Parts: sequence; C-alpha cells; structure tokens
Amino acid sequence: MVFFLVPFGFALAISFAETAIRVPPYTDVLSIDHHHLHLLLKADNYRYLLTDPVYVLSYLYSLKTAFFSTLICLAIGYPMAYAIARTSRGTQTLLLLVIILPFWTSFLLRVYALEGIIREHGLLNQALLWLGLIHQPLKLMHTAAVVCISIVYSYLPFMVLPLFATLEKLDRSLLEAAADLGSPPWRAFLDVTLPLSMPGVIAGSMLVFIPAIGEFVIPTLLGGADNLMIGRVLWDEFFGNRDWPVASAVAVVFLVLLVGPIALYQHYQRKDLEVAA
Amino acid sequence: MSERPPGLLLTFLGIGIALLYLPMLVMIGYSFNASPLVGIWGGFSGQWYRELVQNAQLMSAAWLSLRIAFLAATAAMVLGTLAAIALVRFQVFRGRFLLTAMVNAPLVMPEIITGITQLLLLISMLHLFGWPHRGMFTIVLAHVTFCTAYVTITVQSRLASADRSLEEAAMDLGAGPVRAFIDTTLPIITPALASSWLLSFTLSLDDLVISSFVSGPGASTLPMIIFSKVKLGVSPDVNALATLVIGVVGVGVVIAGMLMRRADQQRQRDLQLAAQ
Repeated sequence: MVFFLVPFGFALAISFAETAIRVPPYTDVLSIDHHHLHLLLKADNYRYLLTDPVYVLSYLYSLKTAFFSTLICLAIGYPMAYAIARTSRGTQTLLLLVIILPFWTSFLLRVYALEGIIREHGLLNQALLWLGLIHQPLKLMHTAAVVCISIVYSYLPFMVLPLFATLEKLDRSLLEAAADLGSPPWRAFLDVTLPLSMPGVIAGSMLVFIPAIGEFVIPTLLGGADNLMIGRVLWDEFFGNRDWPVASAVAVVFLVLLVGPIALYQHYQRKDLEVAA
Repeated sequence: MSERPPGLLLTFLGIGIALLYLPMLVMIGYSFNASPLVGIWGGFSGQWYRELVQNAQLMSAAWLSLRIAFLAATAAMVLGTLAAIALVRFQVFRGRFLLTAMVNAPLVMPEIITGITQLLLLISMLHLFGWPHRGMFTIVLAHVTFCTAYVTITVQSRLASADRSLEEAAMDLGAGPVRAFIDTTLPIITPALASSWLLSFTLSLDDLVISSFVSGPGASTLPMIIFSKVKLGVSPDVNALATLVIGVVGVGVVIAGMLMRRADQQRQRDLQLAAQ
C-alpha cells in the first residue's frame, strides 16, 4: 500500500501542475481580485490569437519545419540504423555508444558548436571558399534551412535508436524467403523490412517531431526574424511582453492542436499493441 | 544479423556519424585557439581555460547546476521507482490510468509548455500558501517532475522482466515484503536505477527552457548563463567549457560501455554455466 500511495500522492500533486494549469480559468487565480474580469478577458485572448496573423503563421511555420526536419532525420537515420543492425553484436554496442554520446553532452553546447561551423566566417564557408566553389561567404545564419539542419543534427540520435531497436529484431529468414521466392533485394526491402520496421519509424518520428515543433533554442540562436516558431513566440510573449494570459492561450492551443492528437494516437497505438500481444 | 553490411549502408553510417561529431571536433579545436575570432587560427593556447576558471559567474552557475542536478536526479530516482513499482506490481488500482498519463505527459510535451505550466502552478501556490519562492528549490522541483517520468519508464521495463518468484521464495523463507524486495528485486533493477539516475542528472544539468521559467532572481543555472553569452555572440570560453563537458561525458560513456560489456560477458558465462 505504501508503494502505491506514496508515488500516487506525489504524482497527483504533479498532475495538478500539468493539467489544471492548462485549463484557462486557472490563470484567474493569478489576479485574485479580478475574478470576473479575468474570465471575460480569457475569451478575448483566444480571439486575439486568430486576429493577429503572427500566431497562425508561426503555428504553420513550426508545423512545416518540424515536418521537414523529421523527414530528413528519417532519410538519414534509417540507413544508419539499418547499417548498425547488420553489424556484429560487439560492433553494435560500440556504434550505439557512438550515436548516444552526443546526446549525453549538452544540447545547448551542440547547437553552439554547429553555429561555429555555419556562421559567416565559419569552417564551412572557409572550406568552400578555399575549394573555390563559392566566391562570397554564404549567408547561412538566420535562414530556414539552418534551423532545419540543426534540428536534424540535434535529434538524429532519437531517430536512430528506436529504428535500430526494431530493425535489430527483424527476422532475417523472412528476407531469405523473399529472395527464394524471386524478390530482388529492393523489393524484399519494400515488402518485408519496411513494413516490419514501421513501429520504429513511427516512434522515431514522434521523438523528433514533438520536441522539434516546440523548439525554442534553435530558432532563437540560429533562426532569423522570419523563422518565427511557436516556441519562440511563446517565450517572447511570456518574457518579452509579459503577457501571461496570451502566452497561456498560445500554449493551450498549441497543446490541443498539435500535441494532443499525437499523444492520443500514441496512446491508442500502444493499446493496439497490447491487445495484439 | 551479423554479416558485413553493404558498402552503401556503411557509407551512410560513416557520413551520419561524421555529421554528428564534426561540429564538436571543430569546437574543441577552437577552444585551443589563441585568437578570439572564429575562423582565424592564432596559434595554440590554453588561455580560454584559464579565463573559464577565473570567471566567477560561470563557476558559481556550474556549481549551482551540479547541485540541482544531484538533488533532482536523486529525488526523481526514488519517486520514479516507486511509481514504476506501483504500475508493474499493482495491475488494477484506482487512478492507474491517471498515473500512466501523468508519467507519460512530460515525455510527449514540448518543454516550453512544461515550463509555462510549472511556473503558473508555482505562482498560484505562492499566492495561496505563500510558498515556495522562486529560486533553486523551484528549479529542483520542476526538474524532479520531468526526470521522474524518465526514471519510471526505465525502471518499469526492467521491473516487468524481473522474476517475481524470487521475491515469493524469499517471503516463503520468512522475509517480510520489504526485506524480500530489497534482497531480491532491488539488485536486479539496480542497473536500471543507475542509468536512470545518470539520465536524470544529465537532463537536469542540460535543461535551459524549464529552468528559465521556474527560476527566480539570483538563481541562474549554467545553461542559462551559456545561453545569454551565446546569444550575444562568440565567447571562446564557452568553447573551453564545452570541451570539458565533452571530455567528461566521453570518458564516462566509455567507462559505462566497458562495464556494460563486462556485465554482458559475465551474464553469458553464467548462462553457459547454468546450461551445463
């Protein structure tokens, strides 16, 4: 009973932290003297989100950025995971350590490291200039491409690990059977490997997509004025404009529109798996 | 699955790993650069390391971050393990769905949302009870919240695969439930506890967004200082700091890898012995 009640009590307290606050009326506690006033204001905040195009545009922009970053991560991460899965066990452990190691170092410092390469006088431009491929340094900083690249760079391990986990368990004899039945390797890959690794693809994509969509550090450090992602809008609203009700409204809409569906989907998928098992 | 993968796949793997490591290697290189300008090599020098050590602001922030990470990881390990035990051992109880949802929520939530909601909670608590004031304590509290989720997931999977009958055997032999748990199950889940503690420690040490929301005046963690420095432009002592971090993590991961390998080999040997 102790084992059950103690964590439950704590978790219950924590849950209030995370569910109760998401509900808009909660913020009226903030200004206890203006109960009614605040509740009225609340609806205005949501209307305000719709009238100011900044919010809608940054939602869409975040969605787009996260989508493309996830796609690129998948395109790079899948062959990597596949290659690791096909090496011997000892090599696998080593390669996995190599993939995980950057994740254990600081995320912030890694973004900063990337900045050192792509800034105007950074290594990339110098190398390209030296090779004679370009004559003017490329202005890569503060572009949408750089935001995408650094998201891929930061979250690639999240994609590789779940993919590896599913690919490693894959039964090789299925591929042999496909080959025996006359399937060329690419066909066998499409018919056997890809469908069987779908759980890994989905898990990896989630792990990249969700943090990418709320990303704050990368667009702030590397993005420009027109790469407004929702995380940054939220931050500015909160710390810059000190408009907490609007920031909360942005957060609620963010959660309901973008994260909620993903979380629900994941929940039901896990249920399906449990039923299947 | 243990044949040599085709060359094309290996090429991809090589490029991918190179991409992951190149920026860090460049940064390590810059940290020894005598010139403060990025892109100009001014000769080998250790001056940024000296400046780093002399920078009192960075040093006190680092010390604060380490203390926070230690407290948060330890508390999260205890709470997360308790939650994992509740989830694995008590299949049906009231609030199970709620507990599962709460454990998973921080994992699927962008940290900026976690940060905002935590702050709003803390503010309203302050309003209602006059406690807690924002500072180191609130950062620890917020970190415990999200680290607990990671601990629960890690320990839960390990606990689910632990053999329950060992504990039952211990109880048949007269041990109380707590004693039986400590003597049989606890050693089995110890590796999971250790790795989840390390994970929590790293996550807490690295966290910028959530800390920024829940921190108060005077409590600036290391990532917060780094972030404000980096935002202003190049700061070579951050290169030096990053090199140190990479060095410590690198050594730690290599040691962990070797330990894991040895444990793996030991297990193989045990299995062979058991089979004979």
